[in-house]
Amino acid sequence: MSDFLLNWLINIPGFAAPFALAALGLIITERAGVLNLGAEGFMLVGALAGVGAMLNGSAPLLALGGSVVAGMLLGLLFAVMVASLRINHVISGLALVFFAQALVSFIASAERWNNKAIAGLEPVFLGQDVVIFAVPVLTLAVLWLLNKTRFGLSLRAVGENPGAADAAGIDVTAMRFAAIVIGAGLIGLAGGYLTVAVSRIWVDTVVGGRGWIAIALVIFARWHPWRAVLGAVLFGCIEALIPRIAATGADVPRYFLQMTPYLATLGVMIWAALRGSDRWAQPAALGQHHIREERD
Amino acid sequence: MTDTLALSSVSKSFGGFRALDTVDFVARAGEVHALLGENGAGKSTLMNIACGLYAPDEGHVAIDGKTVRISGARDAAARGIGMVHQHFKLVPAFSVLENIMLFNPGRSPSEVASKAQDLARQMGFEISLSDKAGTLGVAEQQRIEILKVLLAGARIVILDEPTAVLSPEEGRMLMGLVRKLAEAGSAVILVTHKLHEALHHSDRITVMRGGRKISETTPEGMDPASLTTLIVGEQIIEKPQLSKAVGPIEVELENVTLSGESGRKGLVDVSFRVRRGEIYGVAGVSGNGQNELSAAIMGLSFPSSGRIGMNGLGDVSKRGPGYRRRHGLGCIPVDRYSHGLAGRISVTDNYAVNGAMAGAYGGWGYFKRGLAQAAAREAVAAYDVQGVRSLGQRAGLLSGGNAQKLVIAREFEGAPRVVLAHSPSRGLDVRAGAAVHDRLRAARDRGAAVILISDDLDEIMLLSDRIGVLNSGRLTREFKAPAERGDIGAAMVSHE
Repeated sequence: MSDFLLNWLINIPGFAAPFALAALGLIITERAGVLNLGAEGFMLVGALAGVGAMLNGSAPLLALGGSVVAGMLLGLLFAVMVASLRINHVISGLALVFFAQALVSFIASAERWNNKAIAGLEPVFLGQDVVIFAVPVLTLAVLWLLNKTRFGLSLRAVGENPGAADAAGIDVTAMRFAAIVIGAGLIGLAGGYLTVAVSRIWVDTVVGGRGWIAIALVIFARWHPWRAVLGAVLFGCIEALIPRIAATGADVPRYFLQMTPYLATLGVMIWAALRGSDRWAQPAALGQHHIREERD
Repeated sequence: MTDTLALSSVSKSFGGFRALDTVDFVARAGEVHALLGENGAGKSTLMNIACGLYAPDEGHVAIDGKTVRISGARDAAARGIGMVHQHFKLVPAFSVLENIMLFNPGRSPSEVASKAQDLARQMGFEISLSDKAGTLGVAEQQRIEILKVLLAGARIVILDEPTAVLSPEEGRMLMGLVRKLAEAGSAVILVTHKLHEALHHSDRITVMRGGRKISETTPEGMDPASLTTLIVGEQIIEKPQLSKAVGPIEVELENVTLSGESGRKGLVDVSFRVRRGEIYGVAGVSGNGQNELSAAIMGLSFPSSGRIGMNGLGDVSKRGPGYRRRHGLGCIPVDRYSHGLAGRISVTDNYAVNGAMAGAYGGWGYFKRGLAQAAAREAVAAYDVQGVRSLGQRAGLLSGGNAQKLVIAREFEGAPRVVLAHSPSRGLDVRAGAAVHDRLRAARDRGAAVILISDDLDEIMLLSDRIGVLNSGRLTREFKAPAERGDIGAAMVSHE
């Protein structure tokens, strides 16, 4: 039993880290008022970039850097769509996910990256790798960025009341551009971590809906970084438990076990809705375009 | 003395419409300059040019005698121009300090905090920097706005309709503050349509009409009548006319209680009765339960307790808007563009939606467009809706006054026996407002029970046969017209 517990505990951070990183990226984007449903897509390109770099002989940390860049590049596309062209946030985000799914599947098969094992990120301390220890630092950095800097003040103003930000001389489009690209980099890193540190192999379904779960997590966390990390740990616990239970040989249907993260997501969403205080936590201008009135 | 701000021969067009036509305007340090005019006279456009939001097509802007090109809000602030918008530009979720910081980038929070406190004290008020802006009253929010632009170094302060959202008492305090600003050396521009503010609180008055400057004068030797003539080009003076025949009770609210949105007052034990052939005015400073009262009467929210009786129907408090409208309720909602009309569909469709729901233009499966169009054409003529180039034109293109006339045409089509009008002349100019008032009086005179909710005390005084005062969600006092303006004003702001 104690083996079971230890095994479980040691695996939690690895499962929690992708959720935490993706949620932090989403929080930066959404606090600027951009509804980001493209998380799954950013994670996919990040995950593929990580595998691709590793298969081409890069060091694991450099591969993760590639994931960040890949996420940011797709973020640029998303930013042009929603911040510059003012396309509907929901449609843009969904389109981006489908595009990314097709893109990674195409590249992976063209480059024959499927099902090839890679070396991966090695543990440095307590069986955990360096990214795990970076997560709390990044969380602090995001908090500091949002709450203690002029950039963060402007970013939050754009997400709460773009009209007021505009009147204060803040470039709403530029702020949203920056928030999307920075956020996309973090979400790309989350995807890269999935392949480079966790699965160490590419299959098209490697992200497996974790981007969507991260979106639910952000709602559950009411757009607050620490609560998002807490939620990520909660989901990490659930995910880390699945292979352990299967390994004990307990008679639970495998597909039911694999369903639990999604069930938990639904549960969390319903719980958040029933509690009902979320309209106050959600950035007031989330999903809204800002167009300066030409005529009163 | 040089002019702190001078706009010379400024013109601006929007898609062929000439909003400003060679207008000259100056503001001097130490003076309060009132800019008067109806909606659409060009006041806002002129001020948006002064603060850099629009670039003029012709003419130029000079500050301290030097011609400048203002490239945007930040540039205007750097040049000492501060605009306090009618719709505040505050972030409700931010603290007062964060809101001030947002407008004063690059300074340390502690420096801004101490300067803000000092300045507030000099101006004669206290502020709490840690409060969330969204939890403050409108008068406090406005002071934050003023503080914000002053801290950014504004020497030219533009106040756009600053008293529109204030109680009479708060308005008086603001005018005192405005005078202090001028005495401290600022050039203050007061954009307003309230005559008494221009007459009693300014040093100079500029009147605009139809995009042109009509007159620049001083308050001495002017009176409300002569100013009105300048503003509208003719004299429109409305006089109260009380009801001649009051009938039985048509609608009755009994102890209606309704919780508002979180953090806002709802309604508490509100009771009143309105009879046929009378206008019942509900006065109060905005935000004291008006929206909730209007929603409760329209059927958009159901009270948590109490009853709303309509003659012959019993309690309708749990009935939806469809039921109430079918049984004789007509509503002129406060925001005509979001609850009154669907801006993107045609004038005909907007007008015909009531009749179509009642089956006047064909049954369930077929809409007789010809019939609806004929009815709409008739209504547009009867209610004098101007600016309808075709009946297929989008309703959102109508000006405020004409959009309101279209709402009234539709709502009065079935001769409703209960009429709810919520701030029906808000944002309308004197002429359009008078036309709306005439329609309400006509509805009363044919026997409707009219409930008028308005934060404009003048409008309440002008129309109402009886007046109830809404204060913190309670109906605290009732008056019978003619009543003393001062008594009603006092009841609006008292804290009993």
